[in-house]
Amino acid sequence: MTLRDMTHLVRQPWFVALMLLQPIIWIVMYGQLFGRVVELPGFHATSYIDFITPGIVVMSALFSSSLTGIGTVNDIDRGVMDRFLVSPASRAAIIIGRLMNQAIVTVVQSLILFSLAALMGARYPGGLVGLVVLLIAAILLAVPFAALSSTLGLVFKKGETVIGAVNFFLLPLTFSSSVFMAQGLMPRWMQAVSEFNPVNWSVTAGRAALASNPDWLYVITRLGFLAIFGLLCGSAATRAFQAYRNSS
Amino acid sequence: MNAIKAINLTKTYKNGVRALNGLNLTVKTGSIFALLGPNGAGKSTAVKILTTLSAADSGEGNVAGFDVAREPGKVRRAIGCVAQNSGVDAESTARENLMLQGHFHGMGGRELKTRVSELLAQFSLTDSANRLAKTYSGGMQRKLDIATALIHRPAVLFLDEPTVGLDPHARSELWDEIARLSKAGLSILLTTHYLEEADKLADYVTIVDRGRAVAEGTPEELKAELRGDWVQLELADAEVGKRARLLLQGLEGLRDVQISGALLYARADQGATALPRMLLALQSGEIAVVSVRVSRPTLDDVYLRHTGHTMTQAGETKREAQVE
Repeated sequence: MTLRDMTHLVRQPWFVALMLLQPIIWIVMYGQLFGRVVELPGFHATSYIDFITPGIVVMSALFSSSLTGIGTVNDIDRGVMDRFLVSPASRAAIIIGRLMNQAIVTVVQSLILFSLAALMGARYPGGLVGLVVLLIAAILLAVPFAALSSTLGLVFKKGETVIGAVNFFLLPLTFSSSVFMAQGLMPRWMQAVSEFNPVNWSVTAGRAALASNPDWLYVITRLGFLAIFGLLCGSAATRAFQAYRNSS
Repeated sequence: MNAIKAINLTKTYKNGVRALNGLNLTVKTGSIFALLGPNGAGKSTAVKILTTLSAADSGEGNVAGFDVAREPGKVRRAIGCVAQNSGVDAESTARENLMLQGHFHGMGGRELKTRVSELLAQFSLTDSANRLAKTYSGGMQRKLDIATALIHRPAVLFLDEPTVGLDPHARSELWDEIARLSKAGLSILLTTHYLEEADKLADYVTIVDRGRAVAEGTPEELKAELRGDWVQLELADAEVGKRARLLLQGLEGLRDVQISGALLYARADQGATALPRMLLALQSGEIAVVSVRVSRPTLDDVYLRHTGHTMTQAGETKREAQVE
């Protein structure tokens, strides 16, 4: 099943290019635009590109995984979902196949972004271990959001709803995290919100792991929160799938 | 053992629509069985229940010897299903579609590759096997649907409205293929609202109307129930239908006079001699007749006899009810 999704993806070179190009543009643009922000007292970072790269990695994981629901809607519309359900394929494999695909895409995307950032001068004392943790943090964000997106697709069965939800929620989620702005410089209420924001858990875990002397307890708790979030989203997707099958 | 047996299936959807109202059917192993009825009669619902896609509210379904509610996994392994809207993955090639389906059934390696090539050849898809399915014509997509459903050599094949939307050539090709599959021993249940399809292909037909079986038998048996010719008169004024019916009921050699909208139907031992007498009788009652038709009985006539309306009228009524 995962292979099927991958083959689809590879068949659309434009889509793949855009998917990669978008975060690259983000890094360059936002890097340049907000670059001076680093000089604000209280920012606790010296180079904005160092600061922003984990953020961009996490942000692109978030955005591309949130569009998974559209694939689900397409499958439902074309009768492909029903064909899968009539076959002996396990009910779990049908959903998990798509999530696995998203995990792999996230890893590839993140690696490309990270390499580009390195070329642009980003430096991380955390090294390879830090990179691996960042990738794990990105996957732990991508998979739950892919599950949520699929849930929307299964419940509403319309691509427009998925896109609408993505547009509505994703930017606020990103800005109420420390993807672009240091947590300490946010207004008090936003700081509070960001404590409960999965996007923030992902990006702070990644950043922390890439720093020198990472606070591993911090990283592990954040990844733990993400894992719990993932289980909740997974159960929502499973329920939605159940409901879809019962409504036939 | 029968290939399929449904006992008293009922299903009501959440929006209150009662799709199945105690449906019974039996499909003998190795035969082609047609479930015939207008849109909305419950045919697709019955197929969904028998292919484990849906659950019945009550009743029993047995496919290939397994209970659909208690052993859905075993049922899925023994059946192939071609749904009404194609289940073909348009963004993959035929070969990929078939390979994926094979993997679902636990097939793999050389055995699967051979089987896929075999099916591609059987359905004349070898040349287009590596093109994306969305480039295929309607007829080819249908063939791919069927090939996909057969990858694991199921015992039972379900075809839900298989020739809808196909041009006449593709349709007749598909009929030939279905007949070939049946000769090879496959048990086939097909649903259709095309009388000609049921008449031509099926060994046994069950006519459904509003979720229940209203008539069943071989196509010949069903048509033979209706002796003589069918006479159909179109009245100028639908309002006088009842009066027209009364006028004709007394005539000799005329049976089963029925009225449906502006159409008056009757069975006559001798259509040619009955017709002038019928027209005279109506003329004396000052009822105008617009057109006349005399024909041998068709399955639509059987349908009319058992349900009181023709299949096209039934389909329209259902559509109106749904719009309300």
